[in-house]
Amino acid sequence: MHVFTMYIMAFLVGGLICFVGQLLMDLTKLTPAHVMTILVVAGAVLDGLGLYDPLIKIAGAGATVPITSFGNSLVHGALIESQRDGLIGIITGIFEVTSAGISAAIIFGFLASLVFRARG
Amino acid sequence: MLSAKLGVDQRHYKAYAKSVQPPKPWAKNGLRAFLVGGAICLIGQGLQDLFVHIFHFSEKAAGNPTVAVLIIFSVLLTGFGVYDVFAQWAGAGSAVPVTGFANAVASAALEHKSEGYIVGVGTNMFKVAGPVIVFGVVSAFVVGLIRYLFHVI
Repeated sequence: MHVFTMYIMAFLVGGLICFVGQLLMDLTKLTPAHVMTILVVAGAVLDGLGLYDPLIKIAGAGATVPITSFGNSLVHGALIESQRDGLIGIITGIFEVTSAGISAAIIFGFLASLVFRARG
Repeated sequence: MLSAKLGVDQRHYKAYAKSVQPPKPWAKNGLRAFLVGGAICLIGQGLQDLFVHIFHFSEKAAGNPTVAVLIIFSVLLTGFGVYDVFAQWAGAGSAVPVTGFANAVASAALEHKSEGYIVGVGTNMFKVAGPVIVFGVVSAFVVGLIRYLFHVI
């Protein structure tokens, strides 16, 4: 796809997912934790239906940066490994793709706690 | 008798409180979330292209370093106290992208630093981000299982 179109789609789709999250927070009684959880589960279900990959193809980072992509990646890892190793692959594969994000958050979150102090 | 009377009063109070409460400015909040969330994804797209074209990652492999860089930025901004101020303005726009996940982890770690590294930081790091992982993994297991069964049958 043309580079410029890709950037526009990343902005629009990423913005739209955040907009939906904000609406869920403002128009329902759901807490932010509930909304994030719903978005992750939504990402997992969409991937199960085979709909998330086409979205990534259209929107690039607009689909891979929001938290919905976490659910998508968890399912992806499980599917890839279960195709290779059978049933046990669902368990061993879940963190296959998402490990970068989780490891990075733990490592840099911990390093930050060594360097910084809480504010406010 | 008294409790029944209080019940009525409470109901009246609730209705009254609701009538004077300002409505949530969902349109304004939604617009902010859209703009900020879109902008963060735009930066993500830029980083991803950088990794593909300059560092010669494949399109698929570029996702990991992109997420890692976004997380580092987010953790640094959280450490300097910038992310949380920004989050007040942006709402879901800063919470929904992966940077929000990193912010939740880092700010929980910082907040509990005074209780020590093991009991404070270690215990509380996933206090906010934990539900996302738990429900993400459980739903991925269920979805994976269903897909697997369809595949086998």
